[in-house]
Amino acid sequence: MSPEAPGADNAPLLVLDGVTKSFGAVAALRGVHLALRPGEAHALVGENGAGKSTLVKILAGAHAPDTGRMALDGGPLELRGPADARAAGIAVIYQEPTLFPDLSVAENIFMGRQPLRGLRRIDTTAMNRDAERLFERLGVRIDPTRPARGLSIADQQLVEIAKALSFDARILVMDEPTAALSGVEVERLFGVARSLCERGAAVLFISHRFDEVFDLCQRITVLRDGAWVSTDRTTDLTVDEVVRRMVGRDVSSLYPKQDAPVRDTLLEVSGLSRAGVFSDVSFNVRGGEIVALAGLVGAGRSEVARAVFGVDRYDAGEVRVAGRPLPPGSPRRAIAAGLALVPEDRRQQGLVMELSVERNATLARRSALSRLGLLIGGAERAEAQRWTRRLQVKASRLTAPVATLSGGNQQKVVLAKWLATEPRILIIDEPTRGIDVGTKAEVHRLLSELANEGLAILMISSELPEVLGMADRVLVMHEGRVVRELSRAEADETSVMLAATGQGATV
Amino acid sequence: MSLTDTGTPDRRTANPPSGPPRRGLTERLLAVRELSLLLALGALILVTTLRNDRFLSGQSVKDLLLGCAILVILAVGQTLVIVTRNVDLSVGSILGLVAFATGSLFLAAPGTPWPVAVLLGVALGAGCGAVNGGLIAVAKVPALVITLGTLYAFRGIDYYWASGRQINAADMPRSFLRLGNQTVLGVPLLFLAAVVVVAVVGYYLRSYRSGRELYAIGSEPAAARLSGIPVGRRVFAVFVANGALAGLAGVLYAARFGTLDAAAGTGLELQVVAAAVVGGVAIFGGSGSAYGAALGAVLLTTIGSSLAVLRIDPFWQQAVVGALILAAIGLDRLLALRMAARLRGRSAHGA
Repeated sequence: MSPEAPGADNAPLLVLDGVTKSFGAVAALRGVHLALRPGEAHALVGENGAGKSTLVKILAGAHAPDTGRMALDGGPLELRGPADARAAGIAVIYQEPTLFPDLSVAENIFMGRQPLRGLRRIDTTAMNRDAERLFERLGVRIDPTRPARGLSIADQQLVEIAKALSFDARILVMDEPTAALSGVEVERLFGVARSLCERGAAVLFISHRFDEVFDLCQRITVLRDGAWVSTDRTTDLTVDEVVRRMVGRDVSSLYPKQDAPVRDTLLEVSGLSRAGVFSDVSFNVRGGEIVALAGLVGAGRSEVARAVFGVDRYDAGEVRVAGRPLPPGSPRRAIAAGLALVPEDRRQQGLVMELSVERNATLARRSALSRLGLLIGGAERAEAQRWTRRLQVKASRLTAPVATLSGGNQQKVVLAKWLATEPRILIIDEPTRGIDVGTKAEVHRLLSELANEGLAILMISSELPEVLGMADRVLVMHEGRVVRELSRAEADETSVMLAATGQGATV
Repeated sequence: MSLTDTGTPDRRTANPPSGPPRRGLTERLLAVRELSLLLALGALILVTTLRNDRFLSGQSVKDLLLGCAILVILAVGQTLVIVTRNVDLSVGSILGLVAFATGSLFLAAPGTPWPVAVLLGVALGAGCGAVNGGLIAVAKVPALVITLGTLYAFRGIDYYWASGRQINAADMPRSFLRLGNQTVLGVPLLFLAAVVVVAVVGYYLRSYRSGRELYAIGSEPAAARLSGIPVGRRVFAVFVANGALAGLAGVLYAARFGTLDAAAGTGLELQVVAAAVVGGVAIFGGSGSAYGAALGAVLLTTIGSSLAVLRIDPFWQQAVVGALILAAIGLDRLLALRMAARLRGRSAHGA
């Protein structure tokens, strides 16, 4: 769809003018402007911490702006809560789905708006039928009567989308909705967004994937450090230009893995199997080397990492660290042997969200920092400072809860936590998922430095450019098996993708 | 570009929708839970009756129904609270306070018609519930702590008021005491009152928007707030409703036992929570039904009587109740695991 599509120059549906919002001393938004026009998809891009999520929360009625003006259809708009936003026709699809696990899928979609029959009772049959119709429109099959608990992230996201569709939103806000979706599902989502636009709705789309931004949106607004930078038509912009505006500098090399001297083999995995999950997985990682574990989601990569680290058991095979066998099923022994695992889901597995930055950063080193079982405050702080400084964690103070940090900074805290244990082998699962371009480059530079210092790094990643840019060797997994090993020279988009989809030769 | 973008076959369009409309999975799980309670109850009654056939005689059944009515009402009220991921430990004290207040009312004004006494009792209970709800809303402290405080506070007021006195059946009008032991077609009035409470609350929780919102709040409070549910107002209302039901239970307690002192209903709150948990109400909120909680209350009461019939030392009763709670939790866990396995199977096979 071209920017000259019908309605491109209509009067804006929703206007934000000079909106500011601060949390304590931290200014999250500083005088942001935004105009959403009917029939148009508008992209909002910026690094993590640029204020996008705060803006979404303001549109959702979850936060009230400190100053500034909001207008809907030219009239002033005041949102006192999420219910007001919904009444104004604003639907929000959050980055992380917000479902009720105990309730049925249909109830999740229609909560508070269930179809009614006599005596204001809920008409369950009609509700399930309506939900089924919404899923038909989306072209997916999810049983509306099943509980939301146990849905995959992608399915949860689809339920959120169905929810937004169900109340014929005039303004649809999507905060990184595609992070967990497959290609087909993304296409469907875009189809829905476009059909909403054709009916005169306005779409606000937030994403780190530029191909999607340029595919869907007619205008792009860039935010940096909470401030508005620019709004332009997509046709007047290039990806390079957008990235430059986001980071305020040229990002010359996104993936700066330097060649490091390769040292002794530190991690040896042979014949590792777990029934139904992965089988006969063998590989080794040497000091100074970054080995990428590539493959489609569900190929068993994270499961292998968890088994190596001792979180999960395995049925057969052996793990050796620097030549010595590592007993299975004990993360404590693994840590003692010099292993560190930075998990994929940092919110649930990597961080205690309510605890402070410094507590989180030193969590894995409690015993080394304590005397007679008591944590020494000073030692804890010094240690936390050392690593958060090296990783350039942006936090208002070290005692702030981790929950208040942006995604990229949270990831840095997880890294700090594990690096503080001074590991010899670092297993890192999706190191830059949901992280902005600038922080991404920082994480990559850091990984490269660590390899240079002699660390053996096993990196699991679904981002192909990251795999190709960072890895000395690429192991491709398909349905629980390592089907291909590629050197840096051999690995390109085609060879990795062919192996990951189960085509091409095996090892 | 991401590796996940390609090659994933579309697994969801495999089966076209077919077949008659069936009961939802979510509901079926609840039904299984309630059915297992009924089976346990049936087995208990069967075993006890085999040992002593008088266990199913008219008088014995009547006693049983009479005995469980008050616990059923309290358990249903507690379900409202627990479903929202809260708990109310003050119900025993509210019951005691209202029971004593009812007795005092008849002492002061012997001519009071019984419906007025019931209404005043319910209102006093609702007032106590409003204190709980208000404190929770203002102090933003977990309900467990607040109601632990009011458990002692309400009981303290009760003791101060009673100052050692006891109210006897002779002090109360016959018309009121009849509420406690009259039967309609052989069924105690008290039990009928409990059945009405179960039916109304159970239907409300299942079929009304605000009822479903209580589950939403307990299931994921943050998401509830984002979907525009007035969380604070709903939680407050739930404590008021639970207080009102505890008040009703207090009036019925006065009618049934006639002899009242300040200690009435001491320790009842844990029995109430136990009944709800045995009845499948998840202690972390979001699931469970009033019917299940009521069945849990009936089961706990029946165990009490059948142990007596089976000539098992009453000291064992508490251990049996404890084992039952653990068994109920084990069953819930098992059902959850089987459910999870089935759901995984579903998404793998496409519907």
